[in-house]
Amino acid sequence: MSASTPTTPTQLLDNERFWRIFVWTVLLVGACVMFLPFLWLMSSSLKTELAIFRYPPEWIPNPPQFSNYVDAWTTRPFAIYVRNTLVILLLNEVAVLVSASFCAYGFARIDFPGRNVWFAILLATVMLPGIVTMIPQFVIFSRIGWVNTILPLTVPFFFGGGAFNIFLLRQFFRTLPAELADAAYIDGASEITIYWRIMLPLAKPALATIAIFTFIGTWNDFMGPLLYLAKDPNKFTVALGLAMFRTAFAGRTRWDLLMAASTMMIIPVIFVFFVAQRYFIQGIAISGLKG
Amino acid sequence: MPWPRTRRARRALTGYFFISPFIFGFFLFFVGPALVAAWLTMFDWNMIRPPFFIGLGNFKKMFADDLFYQSLKVTAYFSLVSVPVGLVLSFFLALLMNFKTRSIAVFRTIYYLPSIVPAVANAVLWSFVLNTEFGLLNALLDAIGLPKIAWLQEPEWAMPAIILMSLWALGATMVIYLAGLQGIPQSLYEAAEIDGAGRWASLVNVTIPLMSPVIFFNLIIGIIGSFQIFTAGFLITGGGPQHATLFYVLYIYRNGLQYFDMGYASLLAWVLFFLIFALTLLVFKYVGRYVYYEDVGS
Repeated sequence: MSASTPTTPTQLLDNERFWRIFVWTVLLVGACVMFLPFLWLMSSSLKTELAIFRYPPEWIPNPPQFSNYVDAWTTRPFAIYVRNTLVILLLNEVAVLVSASFCAYGFARIDFPGRNVWFAILLATVMLPGIVTMIPQFVIFSRIGWVNTILPLTVPFFFGGGAFNIFLLRQFFRTLPAELADAAYIDGASEITIYWRIMLPLAKPALATIAIFTFIGTWNDFMGPLLYLAKDPNKFTVALGLAMFRTAFAGRTRWDLLMAASTMMIIPVIFVFFVAQRYFIQGIAISGLKG
Repeated sequence: MPWPRTRRARRALTGYFFISPFIFGFFLFFVGPALVAAWLTMFDWNMIRPPFFIGLGNFKKMFADDLFYQSLKVTAYFSLVSVPVGLVLSFFLALLMNFKTRSIAVFRTIYYLPSIVPAVANAVLWSFVLNTEFGLLNALLDAIGLPKIAWLQEPEWAMPAIILMSLWALGATMVIYLAGLQGIPQSLYEAAEIDGAGRWASLVNVTIPLMSPVIFFNLIIGIIGSFQIFTAGFLITGGGPQHATLFYVLYIYRNGLQYFDMGYASLLAWVLFFLIFALTLLVFKYVGRYVYYEDVGS
């Protein structure tokens, strides 16, 4: 069908050879563009302070300055930042997994008056920007003495674990056949038993998905720590530590160390992505399509 | 409270028991703070002195505040450019990727990775990429014979730079499209081909109508997200140069946490809420009607 010489743009698209070259060229060029900043980051993180300012830039640092990573790690107590972040992360994972699945079970498997109204509210809060409540929440949390503690960054997650996560798990629970629970009902099991013993174990893939999103969200969060932990360097998270690290060298920007520190912050995220790619894709499919 | 006798009432109680964490959270961390903010809009309060009632004083201040208008303008500029460009570009890439089924995983990964880079690391990386003297972007421009640009020092270039940076993360939108594209039954394309439709015709008549709910979803999420941009302005440009990147949320943050003008910051937050709400309604009303839903009612 593509024997004749194409003349119009639409005919050109239907020309198999042109089409293949077009797709490959665009995707390859695009991939290079997307990857270039990463390459730049890694390359710069291994340069000496002098090589950073050489123009035109060299892509392969010679010799690679691995000590940048050690210097970045020790100039500021990044080990403490990592520990602080992990404490928040652990609490949030527990909070989100238990709380969100609990609520999701109610929305998905129990029919009660007012459920649809509350579900509509849930969806509305997924859409509503959290930024709107930033100021009044800060006022309230400072009134009750929660500023300079991790409580504002963790306690809210015990109350539902995030509307989006409830929504995601609810969609998953609804795909499980009702018969699964029937036998348990006949045996007189309570809803809590069915939720905890039957449904939760089956929801492992969906739980893995939200556990990963929670990890990314907590690890990457900057606004929260900035509002509540910025006064005490011993309480910094990695994100906050890196942001403050920019100005750690009076008057001069140490791009070499900054790039090394940024790389270290990115690596765990990319690692988790590669290990758990399947769950990422699953979460995207559920959130974007079945909504 | 007596234990309800009917099965129906017991179910209702169980249901509310299960969703109770969400209900409590909704009131404690959303409705409560929103009401506090509404109340604060009528006060002048720096969190140290007692609140001083000024009625509509904050409203008057807002309407006379040049930076308020500037931050609205800046945010609208960012939103109007980055959302449509991001939507079209990521849709286009997803389309191409969808045809190359075998290498899709590799491409998908490369395009998706930038979108999970932590915002702070992203900001640090891009401040260096955009550096006038030694940055990657100017090195590339220079390599193809174009003049260097002072991206972060020129008021007219700072926003394009931030938009460029935000487009680096378009992979997040792209994978949502990709998941949608893979859900379109192959038989529809085959039917279109039998009817003599070429690639362009089946894109316009099959793909785009069937993808319209996903496009709409991404549009809404994109708009809401774009209004919340903060970290880039806060860390890379500090709102400058000459307030060219004074994003709305950054301006709220400044009023609240740097000037401790809590009443005014609360008002700005409420205004943002209404803006996003109104915009979402408008989009639902005027764009939503073009969305094609298969088997409505099922």
